[in-house]
Amino acid sequence: MNLFAEAIAWLFGPDNWAGPSGITARLLQHLVVSAVVLVIAAVIALPVGGVIGHTGRGKQLAVMVSGGLRALPTLGVLTLFGLWLGIGLRAPVLALVILAIPPLLAGAYAGFESVDRRTIDAARAMGMRETQIVGKVELPIGLPIVVGGIRSAALQVIATAMLAAYLADVGLGRFIFEGLKTRDYAQMLGASLLVILLALVVDGAFALVQRLVTPTGVRLARSARTGGEPARKRTPARRTITEGNPV
Amino acid sequence: MNWLVQNVGLVGELLLVHLALSVPAIILSFVIAIPIGYLAHRQRWARGVLLTLCGVLYAIPSLALFIALPAITGFGIRSPLNLVVALTLYGIAVMVRTAADAFDAVSPDTRLAATAVGYSAAGRFWAVELPLAGPVLIAGLRVVIVSTVSLVTVGAVIGVQSLGSLFTDGFQRGIVAEIVTGIVATMLLALVLDALSVVAGRLLLPWARRAAPGRRSSAQPVAVEAGEPA
Repeated sequence: MNLFAEAIAWLFGPDNWAGPSGITARLLQHLVVSAVVLVIAAVIALPVGGVIGHTGRGKQLAVMVSGGLRALPTLGVLTLFGLWLGIGLRAPVLALVILAIPPLLAGAYAGFESVDRRTIDAARAMGMRETQIVGKVELPIGLPIVVGGIRSAALQVIATAMLAAYLADVGLGRFIFEGLKTRDYAQMLGASLLVILLALVVDGAFALVQRLVTPTGVRLARSARTGGEPARKRTPARRTITEGNPV
Repeated sequence: MNWLVQNVGLVGELLLVHLALSVPAIILSFVIAIPIGYLAHRQRWARGVLLTLCGVLYAIPSLALFIALPAITGFGIRSPLNLVVALTLYGIAVMVRTAADAFDAVSPDTRLAATAVGYSAAGRFWAVELPLAGPVLIAGLRVVIVSTVSLVTVGAVIGVQSLGSLFTDGFQRGIVAEIVTGIVATMLLALVLDALSVVAGRLLLPWARRAAPGRRSSAQPVAVEAGEPA
């Protein structure tokens, strides 16, 4: 427990928070880089995934990209881009965007695909236009799963941004690599606890958003089905697609 | 290619080290997750708690866990044991929910029938529920394999040797071929272990494949989906 006490002492040491390589600055860098990466990746992956889920075309591509890229070792991608693009932020940002795409793509695709075909047919029969079907039927119903994809991607980015500190002077990971050199375990453990807290807060926030964006009708239908056999049948296979790996 | 030819020995050595780190973690997490998943399947109260815990564990960034774990276990940061424990925890986090789903997917009618023909609770678990949950368990195992093999490489930045050392070494010495070799070797290793688990599944659970095209009993749709590449 002494180790934890030292780590917490490091975390609460006011000297450690100030300056260009203090905790405040590193935390901000970590958050800004993660947010920028997430936005870029979302702008690319969400529309593509939505279109695939809506039309049902390119399904194989979505499954292949999200499945195949998942086996890709994150550190390998980071160091490869580091060599190609040199020192600086470009390499980690690009690598992080690539690694964030699979969960986003899978989430968007699975979200739009999860909407019952009969519901879509009913909307069409009522005279809804294609854009209305997408905007007023598929998006609201599929949104919790889409947000689930964003949630996985956010966790992935926050975790991999730690590794990005291996090749660029950025983020909370710096404390760990500095600590490894100077054998300062209190600093390493303190920074680890901080990033764990950050990840859990972000995860919890997205879980809340997921709950908030679930339409009441969907929630009622789901709770009415719990315990019933058919509702559970598809879950294992579907989650394999939407969930990422621990990173 | 030249780099690979000159360093084939090194790559082979690291491949074995990588295997020695990932296989124990994969097996341990699979074996530990099954009883936990069964508990989550049987007890409603346990399900919420266990699945939430797994979710929390799953959200922890790997580098942070590798660093924080020694404070609890007492292993050194650079100790391979530390890495295996961390990877086992991640494997459990992934596997428990799949295991709970796998047992959920066993038809209640089948369970009742097993009880009716005289199986004890333990006998029913080993002879009926576990085999029927098998295909989904294997599907979960495949996810654990791919994620574990990939995660082992992260250990390289804290000084635990594996194929990931090709990334750190290649980066420091500026050898692209070394990094590419590492990526390809890691993915190939995951692919081979994945294929092995599929073959093992087919051998141990022959009915899953034979029953697949029919879709007659209630356990089959799951078996069909579990067969798809994850």
